[in-house]
Amino acid sequence: MKLTKTFDKALWVFHVNSGSCNGCDIEIVAALTPRYDVERFGIKLVGSPRHADVLLFTGPVTRKMKDRVLRVIEQTPDPKVVMVVGNCGSTTGVFYDSYAIDGPIDTLLPEGTPIVYVTGCPTRPENLINGVKEAWLFLEKLRGDDK
Amino acid sequence: MNAQDWLIRILFILVIPFVGIFFGLLYKGFDRKITAMMQSRIGPPLRQPFRDIRKLFMKENIVPDHAVEWIFHASPIFALLAPLVALVYLPIGPFEPLMEGFGDLILILYLLAIPAVAMAIGGLASGSPYATVGAQRELVLMMSYEFPLAIAAVTIAWKFESFSLAAISSTSVWSLVGPLGALGLLLITLGLFAVLPGELSKAPFDQAEAETELAGGLFVEYSGRNLGVFYLSEAVKMVVVGALLIALLFPQNISQWYSFGGPHVAGFALFNLAADVLFFLLKLLIIIFLGVSVVRVALARFQIDKASYFYWVPMTLLGLLGTVLVVLEGAI
Repeated sequence: MKLTKTFDKALWVFHVNSGSCNGCDIEIVAALTPRYDVERFGIKLVGSPRHADVLLFTGPVTRKMKDRVLRVIEQTPDPKVVMVVGNCGSTTGVFYDSYAIDGPIDTLLPEGTPIVYVTGCPTRPENLINGVKEAWLFLEKLRGDDK
Repeated sequence: MNAQDWLIRILFILVIPFVGIFFGLLYKGFDRKITAMMQSRIGPPLRQPFRDIRKLFMKENIVPDHAVEWIFHASPIFALLAPLVALVYLPIGPFEPLMEGFGDLILILYLLAIPAVAMAIGGLASGSPYATVGAQRELVLMMSYEFPLAIAAVTIAWKFESFSLAAISSTSVWSLVGPLGALGLLLITLGLFAVLPGELSKAPFDQAEAETELAGGLFVEYSGRNLGVFYLSEAVKMVVVGALLIALLFPQNISQWYSFGGPHVAGFALFNLAADVLFFLLKLLIIIFLGVSVVRVALARFQIDKASYFYWVPMTLLGLLGTVLVVLEGAI
């Protein structure tokens, strides 16, 4: 599968709540509002992982969510990027070492899945947009543009 | 008709699908941009739908285990082909329908029904419960909006005593009626504009796709190329329905209203043609703006029973009242 630059400018996003407190989820919605308007970069929130290019995970992965997270990743067509939003998803945050947590997400992902971290508790919409920029840089690296 | 005419015809028929797809995507871009501006956002650039399509064609095409594979692959193709075929039978701006004499308004109405049916069949074949619910909703909606659409089409055809689109678009229907008939036509125009978002599955009649409730509805299992073909189908349908509305209600060409230079000036015919085509595109933009973008921003999604009721009762009554007024005036 050949990646071209068009891919960057038409990222469709699917949002999975893998046990988050809803703080980051609200910030994701805030990024779509008129104030930040990520649609101007061609980013669209879609309702099905089959349509998605980017998977947004919020929250440390709870035990119940582990299988679902893996399944959603399998359901997403290649090429795809995983974006972890918030401290919980990135490091499990305050839930570190909890018996109910199977995260963080990067320990569960299949080998070689592109992953971008957006930190903050909750993260800010500006940081999310910055995360999209990092995803673009990542995709550029995958294409080999940065030689 | 001689061989040369047929050659030119075939050439145009080969070109027109690409023109239809191009303008469909462009108008989709306009729709998204205008919608964003009305919501005080900046919105995506006009070429965003082209990017989306290129991206979708680049992605992996997943067929779910439960799907009936050949139907799953065939239905997007049918959904795209039907509006492309309809383009051949529609008058575009100053040009007569390419296949004039081989198909008329009734054929167009049937061709317009095919994408919805193909989408429903594809949804049912994908084996997802969400898609099944979406398919049922799509069919219910289709049965609802077809009736007001048929009423409007039949009334206008009755006024011309012909179903031929070349005949209907040769004269404006408004010039054939008096004040009472004009009132009737106004009601029919309202009905047709109400059908527009339903036909194009746009809010408030996007129950079949309903991202928030059905996770994409009909398209929930579609990905990659198949989804891209559905996306194209939607775009072309926008042009087809717009062109149908123009042919039925506003077939005027701009060149009949000005007369500078005169026909003896070289290149004047070409200038007229270009002006008419641009005017047609402008009319299409206005129709899409009023019928799709404004409605989409102003209204949220209806429940499916209320959407069905909206078409079956108020819009049907409106259309019938319009028909009665037009017919009454002819009888007096």
